[in-house]
Amino acid sequence: MARVIATRLLRLVATLLAVTFLTFSMLELLPGDPVDTLLPPDANRTEELVAQIRAELNLDDPFFVRYFSWLGDFVRGDLGKSYITGQTVADTIADRLPITLQLAMMSIGMALLIAVPLGILGAYKQGKWPDTVTSAGVQVALSVPNFIFGIFLIWLMAVQLQWLPATGWNRLTDQGLVANLKTSVLPASALALSQLAVFSRLVRSDMIATLQENYVLTARSKGLPDKYILFRHALRPSSLSLMTIVGINFGALLGGTVIIETMFAVPGLGFRLINAINSRDILVIQGITVFIATAYVVINTVVDLLYSALDPRIRRS
Amino acid sequence: MNTRIGTRETDDPLLEVEDLHTTFTLGHGSVRAVDGVSLTLHRGKTLGVVGESGSGKTVLSRTIMGLNTASNVTISGSVRYAGEELVGRPSKHLRSLFGPEMAMVFQDPMTSLNPVVKVGRQLTEHVRYHLGLGKSEAEKIAIALLTSVRIPEPEARLDAYPHQMSGGMRQRVCIAMALACGPRLLFADEPTTALDVTVQHQILNLLAEQQRDRAMGMVLVTHDLGVVAGRTDEIVVMYAGRVVERAPTTTLFAEMRHPYTEGLLRSIPKTSEAKHTRLNAIHGRPPDLLSPPPGCKFAPRCPYAQERCRNEEPPLTDPETPGHSFRCFYPIGTPENRAAYESNLAAGLPQTLAAAGQLLATEEVA
Ligand SMILES: Nc1ncnc2c1ncn2[C@@H]1O[C@H](COP(=O)(O)OP(=O)(O)OP(=O)(O)O)[C@@H](O)[C@H]1O
Ligand code: SF4
Ligand SMILES: [Mg+2]
Repeated sequence: MARVIATRLLRLVATLLAVTFLTFSMLELLPGDPVDTLLPPDANRTEELVAQIRAELNLDDPFFVRYFSWLGDFVRGDLGKSYITGQTVADTIADRLPITLQLAMMSIGMALLIAVPLGILGAYKQGKWPDTVTSAGVQVALSVPNFIFGIFLIWLMAVQLQWLPATGWNRLTDQGLVANLKTSVLPASALALSQLAVFSRLVRSDMIATLQENYVLTARSKGLPDKYILFRHALRPSSLSLMTIVGINFGALLGGTVIIETMFAVPGLGFRLINAINSRDILVIQGITVFIATAYVVINTVVDLLYSALDPRIRRS
Repeated sequence: MNTRIGTRETDDPLLEVEDLHTTFTLGHGSVRAVDGVSLTLHRGKTLGVVGESGSGKTVLSRTIMGLNTASNVTISGSVRYAGEELVGRPSKHLRSLFGPEMAMVFQDPMTSLNPVVKVGRQLTEHVRYHLGLGKSEAEKIAIALLTSVRIPEPEARLDAYPHQMSGGMRQRVCIAMALACGPRLLFADEPTTALDVTVQHQILNLLAEQQRDRAMGMVLVTHDLGVVAGRTDEIVVMYAGRVVERAPTTTLFAEMRHPYTEGLLRSIPKTSEAKHTRLNAIHGRPPDLLSPPPGCKFAPRCPYAQERCRNEEPPLTDPETPGHSFRCFYPIGTPENRAAYESNLAAGLPQTLAAAGQLLATEEVA
């Protein structure tokens, strides 16, 4: 176990080095000067002022010097602060993360809740009408982009029925659960649809394969009811690839819900990241990127642990 | 009153199968994997079902138990269990029989147990379901079962997963699992094929012992005539989905009539040369069931095949010795058979030459 954790940590360090270095170089390639975004639009852009700002931000140092000085701060636990807002990067993440995290978990939860029973049903009734109908529905869901479904949800729930606000975010901690749900249900649903489609397909096909297994026949020959066999014997061996995809999605959702967050004006991490990119707010970009990369590695580790919980054969080593 | 019913019961067969057909419809044709099989098994007796790989033994036993439920399967004929017709009954009804009435030990112990479910639960889940027992009672039963199939440290095994056990152990677990609800009829589908020779004997002896103790009827499926020789009351020999010979075990070995049965007997592996069994295998391959030969299905491989065999399918004869019938125009031990052999040998028919080689070989050994 200690060795497993050690290799994990080593991998995390290597990943972080690669990711931060790549982000840093990528930002270097971006056209434009961060100084421009720092100056008020009506400011008098004198050479001295620009030079002064550049010196303050160490922008004139060579690339490697800047990278390693950032790295040094990072190792000491200092992610720096935004050039623009002055808020520390750590505070920014602490502020935005709960929102994105909630969206990610809610959408995955909603997708799983519907997808797993649908997938099981499809496999159990393979080729019969319940399967045909759900498969067709899944096909449609797969081909609708998230943001189109988001627009539809806004049109239906906010504009036509006026049940829910179209945009905005009520924090769980400030405004309570009901108010929070009112603003989180739509973006979470928009994110859930395509995941639901992918998950249910995966469960269906893995389940179909599992139902061919000899041990399922054994269970049937013991006179156990179908529902028991599906849930107690077949579901677990059929959820390994689902596990992997859920992990990957979770990581992607932490950093990649930009479109939906923007559309529903949700002040999450992705939304903040895009702002930072637009204003060349290098330290914020670096900080959020590092955080997401770390989250990926952590999520992967958790998925591996869950794997061995699901399948005792993996537990051996 | 009770005794009268009891006596009547023991006289009635436990299992009667009549003209059973199982057909798989595939994209490019249909496979008649079981093609008009009839058999009878009395209470507490053992029936051996013997045939090469692909002869339909597994499909037959699964069809009898009603486990062939795929949408491309067509089943016709009759299966009566303790007098009750099972073909066409809803699967829910069959399910209530599985466990307390019938059970099956499957061919491959490595894949027949769920790898992610603890052995203890697999042993008892159906007991709990059928008999409505609590967890601790079920656990006691599980320990007793594991003890009865001679698994050491049964308490510790309950929490083990199948991959932590050897093949022989797993097959013992499968047997214990099948016996758990005290079935009156046990199907054992090649219970030892996947195991090595010494373990094979242990498992077969274990099955025989359990069967005696429980007065349980058993259908023992195998490709090895040697396995059923001392362990069965009656034998059914299958080829290409059909019964080609059936007889009480002693009769069959004393006077086998079908050339295929003779071929199977020759291919019994001798323990002294266990690795060389291929040498004595029957010449050629079983027919492709998608397009079987028109006449006798065994004709392309039979050392005695004549023109008639290739055009006309022999019917199952009426029993001459009690209970002994077979499907052959030129049965072993008749002058016609001898004549057919001589003429085929003269004509240089490959399967006859092969058989002749074997005859010489066996004579040399003897
Ligand atoms: N699901 C299926 N679909 C199509 N054909 C099948 C199916 N199951 C079995 N068969 C065919 O039925 C025939 C009989 O198969 P079966 O498994 O009963 O043979 P067996 O006698 O048990 O052989 P073995 O000794 O290999 O277990 C084979 O030709 C096989 O190809
Ligand atoms: S009928 Fe002919 S081909 Fe068939 S087993 Fe008998 S002798 Fe051989
Ligand atoms: Mg078989």
